[in-house]
Amino acid sequence: MNPPMPLSDPLFALALALLLLAPLALAGVALVNTGLGRSRSAAQAMLGSLAMVSVAALAFAVAGVALAGGPNDASYTVQLAGKSWNWLGASPLLLGGFGLAGPQQQLAVLFEFLAVAMAALLPWGSGADRWRLPAGCAAAAVTGTLVFPLVAHWTWGGGWLAQLGANFGLGAGFVDGGGAGAAHVLGGVSALALVWIAGPRRGKFPREGLATALPGHNVVYVLFGCLVALVGWLGWNLAGAVIWLHTPLYGLPAVALNTLLAAAGALAATFAVTRIRFGKPDASLCANGWLAGLVTSCACAGIARPWEAIMVGLVAGAGTPLLVELMELALSIDDPSGAIAVHAAGGLWGLLAAGFLAPQAGQLVAQLVGIAALLGVALPLVYLLFWLLDKAIPFRVDPDGERIGMDLHELGGGAYPDFVIHRDESYK
Amino acid sequence: MKLAGLLVMPAGFFLSLAALALFPALTQRAAFVVCGLAVEGLGLAVAVRGHMGARREGEQ
Repeated sequence: MNPPMPLSDPLFALALALLLLAPLALAGVALVNTGLGRSRSAAQAMLGSLAMVSVAALAFAVAGVALAGGPNDASYTVQLAGKSWNWLGASPLLLGGFGLAGPQQQLAVLFEFLAVAMAALLPWGSGADRWRLPAGCAAAAVTGTLVFPLVAHWTWGGGWLAQLGANFGLGAGFVDGGGAGAAHVLGGVSALALVWIAGPRRGKFPREGLATALPGHNVVYVLFGCLVALVGWLGWNLAGAVIWLHTPLYGLPAVALNTLLAAAGALAATFAVTRIRFGKPDASLCANGWLAGLVTSCACAGIARPWEAIMVGLVAGAGTPLLVELMELALSIDDPSGAIAVHAAGGLWGLLAAGFLAPQAGQLVAQLVGIAALLGVALPLVYLLFWLLDKAIPFRVDPDGERIGMDLHELGGGAYPDFVIHRDESYK
Repeated sequence: MKLAGLLVMPAGFFLSLAALALFPALTQRAAFVVCGLAVEGLGLAVAVRGHMGARREGEQ
């Protein structure tokens, strides 16, 4: 990581333009989630994606941004073992002071808005075909108000994870230039908590025999979503490299190249693994592999060399289909979008790989401490909050609603009114 | 059982924090942080087992 420098006007303009591309990553993930769900819930899935992004952004604007804070803002700090531990931001509510902040801080806040939207969007795909829209919005509000700001402050807001380098000599502190931890791992563990609380789709795990395959309804959406996501991810990682890693202009082409190579390596590995496992490549698993490669690139695109990015992508791509299969067949986890394997596991692998690849001494330990914080705090906290929320606003739709589909049940109309929706054999 | 597993996970996190505060040497810190991660892994495994057990009970 390069030392922080004031952003020049051209670099500020470039980072802002890149951040305007980044929402395409959200669009891509929304398309993938919708395609991997069923046709009778497609409109609800897409509307829900918009709702998750909106609610998370509003919640973050109202209170979250104050808790996330910035490196030079007021914060809640504890002195322990002779060191300063910065736990939570204490900036003004309702984006107070945003207009007075410097260009770097304004870009950082904009980046965090996109990251909170991603963190809130990811569980929505895992709850496909059974998670009620009001409950999803409530969960997005909790993510935007409490959980994401905590992790974002630790990582980007001058929190104790970011200070690991200065306080304990651990490399440059916890490094997460593209939001692999704060957006993807957090979104992935939120998906796990949701799946545990809401339970599997009806008919997914029959009393006898293996889990039932419930394939996505539109693999073209899924694969097109992957291509759209690539554009968004390029903007995301490049903007993150400028804002958080202080990468100079001449270093940005390598970041873009690493992003593409990580995804390409991951796709190649998933293609090969599914070809070997099933005799033919599996399109939806290949899409998951591609996304896992993009997620790993969030952590290490600004650090790795091109061949290292390929290797990181290869490992992510090989592991993703195996993990998806393990979760479905052995662990009874019904995750239609694969967010847990793709975003949680992919993000953790990317953060770990960044520790191995970074040149500074102690960086690997800093990354391990960051991973310990994400797993040891975020997952139990999200599970507790979602469990409480489920008591107030039940997450799961009633059986009749699940039978007729979320579109008819929640929206009163289907996504494809001209199509005859086939009868689902799993409801016999 | 799932809740027990989830309660174990923060214990692993605090172990990692303790490593930072207690040990000055990088190797010792790294070893202790890895131990903290292992405890978190155990907690996660218990939570997953609890989820599987609850699902099996629900079927019966």
